[in-house]
Amino acid sequence: MSDHDHHHGDHDHSELSETELRVRALETILTEKGYVEPAALDLLIETYETKVGPRNGARVVARAWTDPAFRARLLRDATPAIAEIGYAGRQGEHIVAIENTPQLHNMVVCTLCSCYPWPVLGLPPVWYKSAPYRSKAVKDPRGVLRDFGFELPEGTGIRVWDSTAEIRYLVLPMRPAGTDGWSEERLVELVTRDSMIGTGLPKQPREVA
Amino acid sequence: MEGAHDMGGVKWSGPVRPEPDEPVFHAEWERRAFAITMAMGMPGGWNIDMSRFAREDRPPEDYLGKSYYQIWLAGLERLMLERSLIAPNEIEAGKPLHPAKPVKRTLRPDDVAAVLHRGGPTEREAKAPALFAAGDRIRAKMIHPPTHTRLPRYVRGHVGVIERVLGCHVFPDSNATGAGENPQWLYTVTFDGRELWGDVSDPNLKVSVDAWEPYLERT
Repeated sequence: MSDHDHHHGDHDHSELSETELRVRALETILTEKGYVEPAALDLLIETYETKVGPRNGARVVARAWTDPAFRARLLRDATPAIAEIGYAGRQGEHIVAIENTPQLHNMVVCTLCSCYPWPVLGLPPVWYKSAPYRSKAVKDPRGVLRDFGFELPEGTGIRVWDSTAEIRYLVLPMRPAGTDGWSEERLVELVTRDSMIGTGLPKQPREVA
Repeated sequence: MEGAHDMGGVKWSGPVRPEPDEPVFHAEWERRAFAITMAMGMPGGWNIDMSRFAREDRPPEDYLGKSYYQIWLAGLERLMLERSLIAPNEIEAGKPLHPAKPVKRTLRPDDVAAVLHRGGPTEREAKAPALFAAGDRIRAKMIHPPTHTRLPRYVRGHVGVIERVLGCHVFPDSNATGAGENPQWLYTVTFDGRELWGDVSDPNLKVSVDAWEPYLERT
């Protein structure tokens, strides 16, 4: 990077888009009117950027893989089971956990907007909120899985859960083979966000070796 | 309401495009738009169904032409303008031009964690027994309300099976219009892929929606 670029690359001095200006204007108005406190805004952002994310869900899944009693509680009534680990609240008030088996693969979508289990997965990725996913998941979920780079064996049943109410769904993926004796902490590393939405699978042991 | 947001089964060109190592937000303005939307719920006094309707009740070209957080922003502006919390000329000016409207509560920094942890549960005590039980065959009604609804178009008129009884929950169709929570029994209703899509469907596909009792009728 040249000196010239360095001095003019600062975003604060670059031309702002109409949307950026509008958000700034709104925040200024709302703050000056006393409706919002900037420190609260910063905390909201920090929470979802650094504290609440798919790592939470991975801990839930790894616990279910290692603790049969927890797994049973999770599948029976997921909200209190997940609260045992400390995750609860906004956009996860009523969680249902659904289990993948060799016979059945589950996939979660919100065709109407972007409903997603925030306390365990954080905020949804762009593709989850996009028109292609919302339109295709309920009609051609195998095609969606191909977009994600994997082919579901023919004959495996596929079940799509459209989150049209305030129930939020968490997929419990199958524990990868070759992980006998692994600790919960180690298993967490295998659990991907997409495996808990049903658009992916957990990592294989060799991928984290 | 028949809106562009109701996307299930609609033909769409192009694949789903996962983004490797996707950040939570893609720009600073998205962070701020997210946060002001979340924080304004308390002083604004609207509910989640009103928020959804404010985002979705717009012409298809507008809904489809905006990014996700641009839709949030447009919904927030509408909710605030409707309640005179802000005025259009203030957005133009980028500063307050009118006195603030008194609000009951605001989100204090000290309360953020507790408010998020508490969330907004929607289950309510039932005033009547559930009409349907697991295993019942039902039809999703052919309805086209001009106001907010959470019954997606692609299941309307189709026959499914009650899979789970989920309790009695706030009814969005009422809650979004300000007519009150009007709690109704909520069910997971499962449809065969062939019932929804005909012969093009994978024979091993099942799709479920969560549907409130007023959306359903016995077959």
